[in-house]
Amino acid sequence: MSIFYFIAFLSILFAVLVISAKNPVHSILYLVLTFFTFTIQYILLNAQFLAIVNFIVYMGAILVLFLYTLMLINLNKDSEPVKSNIIKIAAVLGGGSLLVVIVACLKQVGISQPVLLKDPGLGLVKNLGKVLFNEFLLPFEVSSLLLLSAMVGAVLLATKDPKTT
Amino acid sequence: MESLFKTVQSVPLNHYILLSAIIFSIGVMGVLLRRNAIIIFMSIELMLNSVNLLLTAFSVYRGDAAGQVFVFFIIALAAAEVAVGLAIIVMVYRNTNSVDINVLNRLKW
Repeated sequence: MSIFYFIAFLSILFAVLVISAKNPVHSILYLVLTFFTFTIQYILLNAQFLAIVNFIVYMGAILVLFLYTLMLINLNKDSEPVKSNIIKIAAVLGGGSLLVVIVACLKQVGISQPVLLKDPGLGLVKNLGKVLFNEFLLPFEVSSLLLLSAMVGAVLLATKDPKTT
Repeated sequence: MESLFKTVQSVPLNHYILLSAIIFSIGVMGVLLRRNAIIIFMSIELMLNSVNLLLTAFSVYRGDAAGQVFVFFIIALAAAEVAVGLAIIVMVYRNTNSVDINVLNRLKW
């Protein structure tokens, strides 16, 4: 039980560091740590397939994509200009009031039962595969189309236009 | 693996909702606070991840595998979104020599 709170504390800490780090590279490295704490949460929930997918896709693919883009974009020169203090305070107030609203709604719900695993094989690949390829076959195919169009769009956007340059 | 799960069994569902709400709010703050477009994208990733965790917790709570399949779809969508978004950021950098979003204010008025 206490391991959940420890990991939750770590993920909140690293998430705050992600948005407060001055150097974008440090920010990305803190994001890796945040995703790693999420992977541990999935393992604690016995969602093993999601833990592996989170590890590979988020910590592998997406973070490498971020780092490569940061390398292409040379931000070494004194990076971003800071926002004024009023805008910073307004941003923190806005996010904080969103949190307050959600927590207040949660107070209304009141009772909360502990999360119990009814079926031990719920998050395993065997069970998830059966659900994915029976009930969710059409969304699965549509998501493959989405990935294909995203790939084509990314290549189209990132290549230089020979006429303008 | 199952003995590992036994340790977490007494965590109330409310605490999962609270954790996800806090991470989501941190993501919103990051979007409002920063001007670097890449860090704004990273904040959006934080928000998507908090929703993923909450969906998984509810899926385990209800004993229904559909929630975890949704998380799988969200991960695929996030990968597509990051690929297109970072391509757009590279193009913006090529045209304006900066990734500061305040440079891109022509759509503002």
